[in-house]
Amino acid sequence: MSTDASVTPPEQGRAPAFTAFRADGGAAPTHAVALSEAPRPTEAATPAPPEKVIVRNLYFFYKKYEALHGINLALRDKRVTAFIGPSGCGKSTLLRILNRIYQLYPEQRATGEVLVDGKNILDPGVDLNLLRAKIGMVFQKPTPFPMSIYDNIAFGIRLYEKLPPAELDERVESALRRAALWDEVKDKLKQSGLSLSGGQQQRLCIARAIAVKPEILLLDEPASALDPISTQRIEELIGELKTDYCIAIVTHNMQQAARASDYTAFMYLGELVEFDETEAIFTHPKNKRTEDYITGRFG
Amino acid sequence: MSPYARRRLVNTTVLTLSFAATAIGLIWLAAILWTLLQNGITAIDFDFFTQDTPGSGGDGGGLRNAIFGSLIMTALGTVVGAPIGILAGTFLAEFGRGNPLAPAVRFINDILLSAPSIIVGVFVYEAMVLRMGHYSAWAGSVALAIIVIPVVIRTTENMLNLVPGSLREAAYALGTPKWQVIVFITYRAAMQGMLTGVLLAVARVAGETAPLLFTVVNNQFWQGVAMDAQMANLPVVIFQFAMSPDHNWQRLAWGGALIITFAILILNISARLLANLRGFSK
Repeated sequence: MSTDASVTPPEQGRAPAFTAFRADGGAAPTHAVALSEAPRPTEAATPAPPEKVIVRNLYFFYKKYEALHGINLALRDKRVTAFIGPSGCGKSTLLRILNRIYQLYPEQRATGEVLVDGKNILDPGVDLNLLRAKIGMVFQKPTPFPMSIYDNIAFGIRLYEKLPPAELDERVESALRRAALWDEVKDKLKQSGLSLSGGQQQRLCIARAIAVKPEILLLDEPASALDPISTQRIEELIGELKTDYCIAIVTHNMQQAARASDYTAFMYLGELVEFDETEAIFTHPKNKRTEDYITGRFG
Repeated sequence: MSPYARRRLVNTTVLTLSFAATAIGLIWLAAILWTLLQNGITAIDFDFFTQDTPGSGGDGGGLRNAIFGSLIMTALGTVVGAPIGILAGTFLAEFGRGNPLAPAVRFINDILLSAPSIIVGVFVYEAMVLRMGHYSAWAGSVALAIIVIPVVIRTTENMLNLVPGSLREAAYALGTPKWQVIVFITYRAAMQGMLTGVLLAVARVAGETAPLLFTVVNNQFWQGVAMDAQMANLPVVIFQFAMSPDHNWQRLAWGGALIITFAILILNISARLLANLRGFSK
């Protein structure tokens, strides 16, 4: 895609605008780290992939209520970034800004910048349909469309591509395979998507999202309504999908964040408290509130 | 009395009252159907569907012209009124958010919905019959369409509002343009309800008498699809025949009431079966 998405972000010269992890409700940042350096590469040998999404100085309002107070962070391509924090901390809100789905509701608005491949998607001129085709989203509750399993997947593909039937069949199959659902549904593709179990429906939604070949996947508590086995399958799936996508996942389940993500962002009351490699967050968090939250002392 | 015993007492009382209320509603329905069956079934034979309305004092005859006229005008009224109602209901549910026009439309529609149907008849009389100089099936169909519209607007809006916002969000999140979200996702999800709404409207107008009295009146003869003339129709025939002292006419009125009621019943049941068969609901 854009050449901006290199290992060295172009905005390094302006790094200060972008470094402040507000440690204590706006108090002097105690461990401000330039985001272009941290999170650091997992292994010295493999440099971290480029930053796909860069969020700068992002504020969000529900009518007059300010729900996000100046968020700065970056999501790396081909990595999973988890967002954790107590209910109402703004993690879902943040996710809903990244594909501008919030814009369906006129009383909601965002200010600041969200750069995807260097382009600010909050610009009024951005084509929302094309943006959303590029940024897939899976929601907390499974949302199969009221049509057959096949059409659930084909629907999104048909929106932007005109394929011969055989090719469409292939795309549907490969999406279902990637979502680890193919074996369970291959004999009933004509059945309603609503006839599947909750866990299958959620994997159907993931298949639907990846069938349109997005570059970024946003997962809003994708496993919170599922049983442990389905949850495990979804987590395995996330691990497989990250080889191709930039993935952001909101979760209430800290084990899930620890298991499935490379980077973790801890949010609290509309602020980004700490953002680091998942291992660092869970083994030696720098912020007291992060530590309290992941050890279950509040939240 | 312990709080638990009190709760149980309240529960039992309310439950009993609820059952009683349901029973009262159903008893009248059953009584109506039973009376209709008892009185109407004898009128229904081969002639009933093949002969036209007889003159006063005659014997035999049927309701062929009236059944046909009712079908034509109900169908035309629905074909004209339902699309307008669906589009307006779609406007209210999908585009009305934050639009100052929406509450006004909703309010006026509520008035139209509860307006006595005879007012609609008088309105069409003034707007069409006087201008055209004569009664006609066109005017009757328009009057029925005007009654269909508010019913369909209301049910369409309600049914679309029942579609969870999460389903719409999921469709938008794929990059679906708004019109496709509405046509392929929300309409599909709400299809059963919207269809039921249209059928309710059909059921409502199939039995409407007042608006037809002012617009098409009646026709004793078979004239086929003569839309520019008076046309026979079941409600007005039932109205006239039931009021007369003529026993043959009374017999036919019972028969007409019976078939109109059961036609609506069958329409409702088959629509529900159809919607279930399509597998769009759980």
